Amino acid sequence: MAYDNAEQLEEFRVEARKWLEENCPPSMRTPMADDEVVWGGRNATFKNPESKLWLDRMGEKGWTSPEWPKEYGGGGLTRAEARVLEQELRRIKARPPLFSFGLWMFGPALLEFGNHEQKLRFIPDILKGKTRWCQGYSEPGAGSDLAGLQTRCEDKGGHYLINGQKVWTSYADRADWIFCLVRTDTSAKHEGISFILFDMKSPGVEARPIQLISGESPFCETFFTDVKVPKDQLVGRLNGGWDIAKRLLQFERSSISAGGFGGTGGSGILGPEDYAKQHIGTDEAGRILDGDLRGRITDHRMYAKAFSLTVQRQTEQAKAGQAVGHTASILKYGAAKMNQDRHELLIEALGTEGLGWDGEGFDKNAKKVTRQWLRSKGNSIEGGTSEINLNVIAKRVLGLKEHQ
Amino acid sequence: MSFVLTEDQEMLRETAMSLVQGELPVSHLRALRDKGANGNDPETRRKLAELGFFGVIIPDEPGAETFGLVGLGQILEAQGRTLAATPLLQTALIAACALQLGGTPAQKAEWLPKIAAGEATFALALDESAHFSPYTIATEAERDGQGFTLNGLKKYVPDGHYADVFIVAARTFGEAGDRHGISLFLVPSTAKGVTVTALKTVDSHGAAHISFEDVHVPDAALIGPADQGADILDPVIDRAAIGMSAEMLGSAQAAFDMTLDYLNNRKQFGQLIGSFQSLQHRAAKMFVELEMTRSCVAAALGAVDAGKADVAELASLAKAKAGELVHLVSNECVQMHGGIGMTDAAEPGFYMKRARVQEALYGSASWHRDRYARLNGF
Repeated sequence: MAYDNAEQLEEFRVEARKWLEENCPPSMRTPMADDEVVWGGRNATFKNPESKLWLDRMGEKGWTSPEWPKEYGGGGLTRAEARVLEQELRRIKARPPLFSFGLWMFGPALLEFGNHEQKLRFIPDILKGKTRWCQGYSEPGAGSDLAGLQTRCEDKGGHYLINGQKVWTSYADRADWIFCLVRTDTSAKHEGISFILFDMKSPGVEARPIQLISGESPFCETFFTDVKVPKDQLVGRLNGGWDIAKRLLQFERSSISAGGFGGTGGSGILGPEDYAKQHIGTDEAGRILDGDLRGRITDHRMYAKAFSLTVQRQTEQAKAGQAVGHTASILKYGAAKMNQDRHELLIEALGTEGLGWDGEGFDKNAKKVTRQWLRSKGNSIEGGTSEINLNVIAKRVLGLKEHQ
Repeated sequence: MSFVLTEDQEMLRETAMSLVQGELPVSHLRALRDKGANGNDPETRRKLAELGFFGVIIPDEPGAETFGLVGLGQILEAQGRTLAATPLLQTALIAACALQLGGTPAQKAEWLPKIAAGEATFALALDESAHFSPYTIATEAERDGQGFTLNGLKKYVPDGHYADVFIVAARTFGEAGDRHGISLFLVPSTAKGVTVTALKTVDSHGAAHISFEDVHVPDAALIGPADQGADILDPVIDRAAIGMSAEMLGSAQAAFDMTLDYLNNRKQFGQLIGSFQSLQHRAAKMFVELEMTRSCVAAALGAVDAGKADVAELASLAKAKAGELVHLVSNECVQMHGGIGMTDAAEPGFYMKRARVQEALYGSASWHRDRYARLNGF
């Protein structure tokens, strides 16, 4: 159904509002506690039973990704309708029903590069949160130089055989399936890479969590030893995986910058200016007493505002059909800087209150800030380092030449 | 918030871009400088008037649609690209805004058509010290029975060296620094007691110190109510800062394009210097700043036209970001051009000199950062 005039769009709004009123459980309209985030998957647990209800209902409707095609279980909405739905969800402060690399990164790429059977097989389960995906990209010897990856994938006639190691695989220990970059030709670099999918329960797959400076373990080292993969799980053509990989990185960078990085804000965490007022104090005019810190907080606040205006501008221009090319790298670079600056300022404004690690004697939210500050250091590394993003901008956007 | 131009605004932008590129390139400013014109060029004004650029925000009849500040912003951005010296900011923006926001029906009827036709030029006589501080006004306007008598000195008034009429901020009550007690007056440059001292400025645009010695003006010269001039001045300054930000965006974009071109042509060590990563990353960072600033300027222009409540905040955001941007890009432009960048024969120097003037007028980046923090409650 296409609604091409305002009246029809209003009809859709009324319908959507009514459906949400009837189907969004009450607790799903409250701020989400950190331990109630839903990632789905076959081993999913739901601390709050209403989270499951909400996911099932939204998934059934295809509204976990409202614009994906109906034939694969998506919502089939137009851009305009999807915006209306977004507004209606925001109006009732509805929680996102599902956090998912499948929704944000893999699904969009599969819809572009996968064949019909693959889409039918994988997309509906992404939408319903039944399969949790992880990303097999980086390797110990292939970080920024991703195309240097060495994980071998050999054609054994009836199947592929995979041997090698991935690293920084987010939540590999909890994922059901992996979308993975593998080397299918050792005589070429970029042209020797393929994009393949397999079940994490396959014999020969092992994921080991890595403990980070923040104390958390969101990433794994993942080992593949003689993993057999059916041939119909190769996406695109053999040795044609690099184009899919790059496209998927754009989705990844966009989702990272759109979210301003997970962990920003969060319930109960204030802005650096609030902590500075609280812990340093203000003069009679309400200005933060430390003038230098006040200036740097202002710089950051302006950067953050300029960033969100840029996201808005690019969205509007894209909608109006004006080319904006390679914005993902610009936004990813900006989002990393913004989130890291914010956390440095939060820690600085909190003073020693922001330097607690565990146990008594520190404010609960301050301890959360401390962990997020440490976590934010990864923002300029994951999904393409800031330096790689600057390379992309210089070469692809500004047209500067390769060093000879 | 609209970040997409209307068709009319798009056409206006194209017209302005082709005017500055075709007829007002940097070499035009250089020629004016070399013959000592000090940024005063009647021929440029005639061309702008022909294209209707002075009347972009003045409705043909009350209530009629205009191109809006978004439209005027496109022209100012264009003139920023080639550093063209024009009276548009002072006359088409500041004077038109001040009169529309606070002018009496008689003042509007007399001046708005003349502004729109390019028949009268204005200059806002505001600053009295070397730093922007809009309420620090000591120039006095004393009631004298038939009107007011003005005494004081205004410094570095842009276009002050050739404007026909000054909009003078003077004190009718209180002390320098008070917001209350400021009044705005229309004063002809030919009035008795007005002395205009033309200044040769670093950017070759010129400006003037203007002294007022027992200058008499009638009651009819008062814009808006006496003592409450700040209620007009504040929104006028916000709009001036936003207009200047648009101009700065244009200058930064042009200096950046010129630098990029140089990086793609100059060879050292048998390589294009633009293939060196240290220069690539600096260029990429400038580009990110350019894109961010473009969003801020567009948002501020749009907010004025939409009558949004956050105009002041966005004005400070735009002026501070544009100030930082044009500062960075003009410096990098000189640096990346190497020795050539230090020569008068090349253009980078023109951009750097103009940038510092743009940065100083209507509040430096640090002035606006401070205001942004205040507006946000810290």
